[in-house]
Amino acid sequence: MAEPAIALEGLERRYGERVALHGVTLHLPRGATLAVLGPNGAGKTTLLRVLATLLRPHAGQAAVLGSPLPGDGWKVRGRVGYLGHDPLLYRDLSGRENLAYQARLHGVEPERVEERLGAVGLGRRADDPVRDLSKGMVQRLAVARATLHDPDLLLLDEPRANLDPAAVEALEPLIGRASGKARVLVSHDVEGALAEADLALGLRGGGQAFCSPASEVDAKAARELYA
Amino acid sequence: MIRTAAAVLRKDLRIEWRTKEAVPAMALFTVTVYVLFHFGLDRDSLDGELASGVLWVTLLLAAVIGVTRLFAAEREQGGLDAFLLAPVDRTALFVYLVALEIVAVPAFAVLLLGPDFLDSLPELLAILLLADIGLAAVGALVSALAAETRARELIVPLLLLPLVVPLLIGAASATEPLFRAGGQPEDLGRYLTLLGGYDLIFLLISLAVFDFLLDD
Repeated sequence: MAEPAIALEGLERRYGERVALHGVTLHLPRGATLAVLGPNGAGKTTLLRVLATLLRPHAGQAAVLGSPLPGDGWKVRGRVGYLGHDPLLYRDLSGRENLAYQARLHGVEPERVEERLGAVGLGRRADDPVRDLSKGMVQRLAVARATLHDPDLLLLDEPRANLDPAAVEALEPLIGRASGKARVLVSHDVEGALAEADLALGLRGGGQAFCSPASEVDAKAARELYA
Repeated sequence: MIRTAAAVLRKDLRIEWRTKEAVPAMALFTVTVYVLFHFGLDRDSLDGELASGVLWVTLLLAAVIGVTRLFAAEREQGGLDAFLLAPVDRTALFVYLVALEIVAVPAFAVLLLGPDFLDSLPELLAILLLADIGLAAVGALVSALAAETRARELIVPLLLLPLVVPLLIGAASATEPLFRAGGQPEDLGRYLTLLGGYDLIFLLISLAVFDFLLDD
């Protein structure tokens, strides 16, 4: 049986004295989607950053793609695609230059850069500095960056923010269910997230309010997290 | 590792070429401090320990600016996270930072040295190189330490300057005889050993802890 994409047992993460995340336990099979729901400050972004190896867990156990964190974090890097609040792009470089830099870091063949630029519909604006692009275009470029190395696990924080309907549709093969990847999807669109998820995790105040199959989670009850 | 360091270098050179932030700032600062010394000391030419002190203090302060700007694009534009997510040896970033400073600092020394020092140029270059390596090793370490702090402009000099005091003493003492009229080196081997030892210690420390510093 294949290792789960994510296995967490009592995960905890603090910032100084403040506990940002505690008692998170879940198993996400490969190819499945986890929806993470919760109000601002619930610990959603912290969870994503721990899974991306950008933050160390302080207690509990965490394994991503079969590699325990933080010890084997180096095995995970390069196998996750992280799309957070910040696009992680250099404003003074063009989209093509940003992707070419990322391609070199990830050991990806240069041809993939042009392919991704085309896939996110930025072929004609690829040589414009990122600072000259609209928010929607920057988000498209960030999707291209996060998926450039064909990761096994996608960590997506509001991935459709600033995107128009056409862009959402165009990016579906890269970050949607159609990608076939294991995904962790942070979203405030409760109904939308539940509809495309296999598992739903509700967070409140850093703690786990629920973790259930998405089909069993009532959207109305989930929305009470935000009350 | 070299391939990664080269990729980061290429990216940063491209950004610097477009933004023109660090290099003009360091150059202008170097010239300004030198001019201030010139008027403050009210002398047309400097020699001996005064020349040595002016050279090293100016280089050191210029290096503070450079170290403060290191990581700036990474921090301000989120590039450090993108680097940390890549399956690369993180020590490559240290190698790159050291290489960048090793090139940059002597470039500013050229601004300060007049033609009188051509006779002792080989000795001067050896001192500059060793002092430069030490400065680069400590600078890269400090810039990584301060990268995620808010008061980076304050923390960099507070951490860097005390750490480079032994380096400053060694380098200034080694160059002082060369800057005297008809200057001949004195105790050069002893000072080069001191500088070399300093370089070795801080390179080893930096290599040992750099990955940890980049980690959360």
